[in-house]
Amino acid sequence: MQERVKARAIELLESGVRVLGWKAGEFFYDVTPAVFTSREEIEKEFVFGPFCGANMSKYLIAESRKEGRVGVFLKPCDTYSFQQLQKEHRIWRENVYAVGVQCEGMCDIEAIRSAGIKGILGVDGDGSTLTVHTLYGDKTIARKDALAERCACCKSKKMLGCDELLGEQGEELDSARFDQVEKLEAMTPDERFAFWRKELSRCIRCNACRNVCPACSCEKCVFDNPNSGVENKAAANSFEENLFHIIRAFHVAGRCTDCGECSRVCPQHIPLHLLNRKFIKDINELYGGYQAGADMETRPPLTNFQMDDPEPSVVHERGSEQ
Amino acid sequence: MQVAQEFKPTIVAFCCNWCSYAGADLSGTNRLQYPANVKIIRIPCSCRLNPMFILRAFQRGADGVILCGCHPGDCHYTTGNYYARRRMTLLFSMLDYLGIERERTRVEWVSAAEGAKFAATMNEFVETVTRLGENKRLEDLRCKSE
Repeated sequence: MQERVKARAIELLESGVRVLGWKAGEFFYDVTPAVFTSREEIEKEFVFGPFCGANMSKYLIAESRKEGRVGVFLKPCDTYSFQQLQKEHRIWRENVYAVGVQCEGMCDIEAIRSAGIKGILGVDGDGSTLTVHTLYGDKTIARKDALAERCACCKSKKMLGCDELLGEQGEELDSARFDQVEKLEAMTPDERFAFWRKELSRCIRCNACRNVCPACSCEKCVFDNPNSGVENKAAANSFEENLFHIIRAFHVAGRCTDCGECSRVCPQHIPLHLLNRKFIKDINELYGGYQAGADMETRPPLTNFQMDDPEPSVVHERGSEQ
Repeated sequence: MQVAQEFKPTIVAFCCNWCSYAGADLSGTNRLQYPANVKIIRIPCSCRLNPMFILRAFQRGADGVILCGCHPGDCHYTTGNYYARRRMTLLFSMLDYLGIERERTRVEWVSAAEGAKFAATMNEFVETVTRLGENKRLEDLRCKSE
């Protein structure tokens, strides 16, 4: 797949579009999004491998507004964000040439490390087995053991709204992505509070989750006000840590496609996707199944209503009264 | 000598200008009693309530927050309270998920004619929050004045 994607990137570039793709970072597992404008750059730096987790759709907001067309490679989960952003009129579709790339699930270097492999120099492979190059020779690991959490419970391999596809069109999957949310819901409020304090108190307010999130694309953010006195970690306390994450999750509720980028980029490994998934789960349960970005017509649940929606007291009545 | 003081919760009630605010007025003119620790904030519609308002109220020392709006179907702006209803349901559910006592937040629909309901709701809510005690989980110590 790596070669096919790279070859296609060169073709696209030569047909006169800029190419938005993945570029090798400082480390092999630290792949960053980049815009390529020359053949040499692509040949030297373009990568598509097991660590290309970055969701390209957010970069299209800025790129599609520039002069000329931009070619972009989108994994199935990225295509959901791509459609969602078009629905919100954030991406200028006519300036984008979207290539869907079949995805086998992206890997997490921590997962490989915790499988007991040390001195990792690189990871290769397309299929269900990955080859890990280490200081002590090559090793193999099953892809399913190396997957990032969000890919292990992938919601869909379907590529939506692309101009062309590389590889096979996939299906929506019946994943167990709400398992962890359910586990938390089953705890007592005290346990839940302790869990979230433990997680959120590690937040350093680097704003990486916000900056990478395709749904968080406001031009001005309420959390950027330097006069608020709470815009950085030094000025924040436990309350602000909670507030930032509650409000951020709330603001993307109904628009979050569950791409899992927030948790991927978090330098403190806070499971932020669990907040977003809680909203998705609630929306599904209370207002009928909804997947952001799955289509271009349905109204998002928070800008819509039914006369017979449940009353807010439903929260007080249901669930884990201990 | 320090005298142990009875805990008096601070309750913030966001009231819709077109119904509950008038309802509160009516309960006053009817001489119905509700605790003085309910602080009413008038909003133009229940839909105006940004989730941030609720969290900020807790930060600045509220022990309970209640939103009062028009009954579904009676909104002055036709549909505002329907949106508010969805938002508040999701927000309360999220607060509960984070382990914050769910009884501290509430939504009640109180029309301008329901002065008695307003007073009864407030009495009952203050009682619930008094039982729960001080809000510890969403407090900001910097906002506490001694």
